[in-house]
Amino acid sequence: MAVRRLHPDQPAQFAFTPENLAWANATMANYPPGKQASAVIPVLWRAQEQIGGWITEPAIRVVADLLGMAHIRVLEIATFYTMFQLAPIGSKAHIQVCGTTPCMLRGARDLVKVCKNRIASDPFHVSPDGAFSWEEVECLGSCANAPMVQIGADTYEDLTPQGFEALLDGFAKGSPPAPGSQIGRTASCPEGGPTTLTDPSLFDGSRVGKWQKRLSAAPGGAAPATPAAPVAPSTPPAPAAPAASASPAQAQPFVHPAALAAMANAGLVKELEDRSTSGKPMSAGELASLAQLARVKGPTAYGARPDATDGPKE
Amino acid sequence: MAMLADHDRIFTNLYGLHDQGLKAAMRRGQWDGTKLLIEQGHDWIINEMKQSGLRGRGGAGFPTGLKWSFMPKADPRPSYLVINADESEPGSCKDREILRHDPQLLIEGALLASYAMRAHNCYIYLRGEYIREREALQRAVDEAYAAKLIGKNNIHGWDFELYLHHGAGAYICGEETALLESLEGKKGQPRLKPPFPANVGLYGAPTTINNVESIAVVPDILRRGATWFASLGKPNNAGTKLFQISGHVNKPCVVEEEMGIPLRQLIEEHSGGVRGGWDNLLAVIPGGSSVPLVPADMCHDLTMDFDALLKVKSGLGTAAIIVMDKSTDVVRAIARISYFYKHESCGQCTPCREGTGWMWRVLERMAEGRAEKREIDLLLDVTKQVEGHTICALGDAAAWPVQGLIRHFRGEIEKRIDTYHSGHKEAAE
Repeated sequence: MAVRRLHPDQPAQFAFTPENLAWANATMANYPPGKQASAVIPVLWRAQEQIGGWITEPAIRVVADLLGMAHIRVLEIATFYTMFQLAPIGSKAHIQVCGTTPCMLRGARDLVKVCKNRIASDPFHVSPDGAFSWEEVECLGSCANAPMVQIGADTYEDLTPQGFEALLDGFAKGSPPAPGSQIGRTASCPEGGPTTLTDPSLFDGSRVGKWQKRLSAAPGGAAPATPAAPVAPSTPPAPAAPAASASPAQAQPFVHPAALAAMANAGLVKELEDRSTSGKPMSAGELASLAQLARVKGPTAYGARPDATDGPKE
Repeated sequence: MAMLADHDRIFTNLYGLHDQGLKAAMRRGQWDGTKLLIEQGHDWIINEMKQSGLRGRGGAGFPTGLKWSFMPKADPRPSYLVINADESEPGSCKDREILRHDPQLLIEGALLASYAMRAHNCYIYLRGEYIREREALQRAVDEAYAAKLIGKNNIHGWDFELYLHHGAGAYICGEETALLESLEGKKGQPRLKPPFPANVGLYGAPTTINNVESIAVVPDILRRGATWFASLGKPNNAGTKLFQISGHVNKPCVVEEEMGIPLRQLIEEHSGGVRGGWDNLLAVIPGGSSVPLVPADMCHDLTMDFDALLKVKSGLGTAAIIVMDKSTDVVRAIARISYFYKHESCGQCTPCREGTGWMWRVLERMAEGRAEKREIDLLLDVTKQVEGHTICALGDAAAWPVQGLIRHFRGEIEKRIDTYHSGHKEAAE
């Protein structure tokens, strides 16, 4: 995690413009009544835009009061999320260079060198003329167009050190080049043109509606008439023993939700599928052994299960 | 293996070469007979999704239909669908293309998924950096509202509200419970499970969280049928997938291909091959930064699917392929990944908060050779102490790349240590 603190020099106060205040109120309405705290990131983001690229301490108080949150909670948000800048940035551009491995493999270190030479030797320092600042950020999600930088809302991709210099010249003069790939690619299409999606019938509308006879032949009847979903854990997982016999409506096969949850957590995807389609109710013993299994295997999300034999090789 | 036929592709405007507007999207077959699909009923949709064999495209590979079936059927609380568009796994850049170029696929999928799970509200959580993508998606949502495809009293007969929400630069918010915390206006720190989101999720209500790609393929699966989707790919690894090829290839790109396509074919047909030729390959990270790397000698017959990659002790993850040729300083490449996890650890669990920084610092020294050989096993031991001892999988994700490096490139680290020490011995003499 990154330790981030507020800037030592803070302005005295902050107030939203009427337009931004109206926007903030509209955003709060996107969430259920009483849950307006959900809007904290978008509203804080709007405050950052209004201030000119960073978050001030008075703005944190104003946002907290607007959303009915404790000041400390909004301070937590502002320091936790790294897109909130806590110090003033360059007036013309704040350069975010992606430095993570996919960009690094294609030359991001050279872009960082350009920043160090041209702007400031350290990140988050404004250049002597006040126009530029930079930072190295983590993966910006444009890996097939690496290396890249983000400036404001736009990304500039497929950069070389020379192209990056030219980009900075453009910002200095107030006429930056068009965003996107700087070598003329379209998005993440392979250079030189697509290897796929060349069949014209995809785009002329000729495929519309053709599939429908599959369903209209037996309207609503493609599925069995009875709702026979094999697993339907609809009761909350409170008791340790399966409650299959609790209600007459639960006469059909029933697997305890807590057991399913334990299996899901342990990454027992295959086992879970087999168990949930077998149609047998789950006994208390089976539930217990599953819980044991889940503990032994531990959380292994992401599909990979690194082996247990990787011990030290002495 | 033959290349996937164009008519079997789902993402027909992947590169934005065509109009993203609603009309053009409809000509490409989106929003085609959505009402007919809804008329088949909640259970039909879930059943069809189960039979399609779709496994979640966000990294964990959990069967999507099965996940949906965990949602309660009769519950007084509202149900929510939350779509995870917090794409931040290094190497991954597929959701971005869907959001900005084929947004109607996602919106239609969101309606169908919400209907299947009896949810009337859906939030799409985008990463904060995707500002233009958010604007593109918002335009598409506005168009869908205006055409009465979604919203109150829409033409499909299922009231459905769709909201966009964004974060502000935290990788951890891609973890589903951290995402919910963030959506509730808190720091993105993962929740203990159980209770699972299907029982206690957003605002304490039943919630399902799905990846963008998992939701965007739903309309096509339902239209063309589960058997069509299941006929593509390999058993237990069905369908098509967006592959993202970055690093040392001649033409990096994103492309939709069949699951189980050989890695070499994928790279050579769509990305113009490895820089300097296939023999110049050093290693591949096949599924985004969190999975262990696979060295070149294991890549020759490697196929890109969950099971084959598990066999080489790696994973499909998000199918983000990071290619490294022989010019790569592999220790530094993994050290940079370690720095990423150090930076993105939310700080909640001690093993991860302290361990990620520790692993990074040791790897940086090892990249120079400024270390002792016994520290390699010490490092491996620390990865084991992080892995499995944290609330969420970020600890595991930080440990696995380091384990992969030591498993396959221990010799390289030892060589550097030897070189460093011999250099310093001479200097001392």
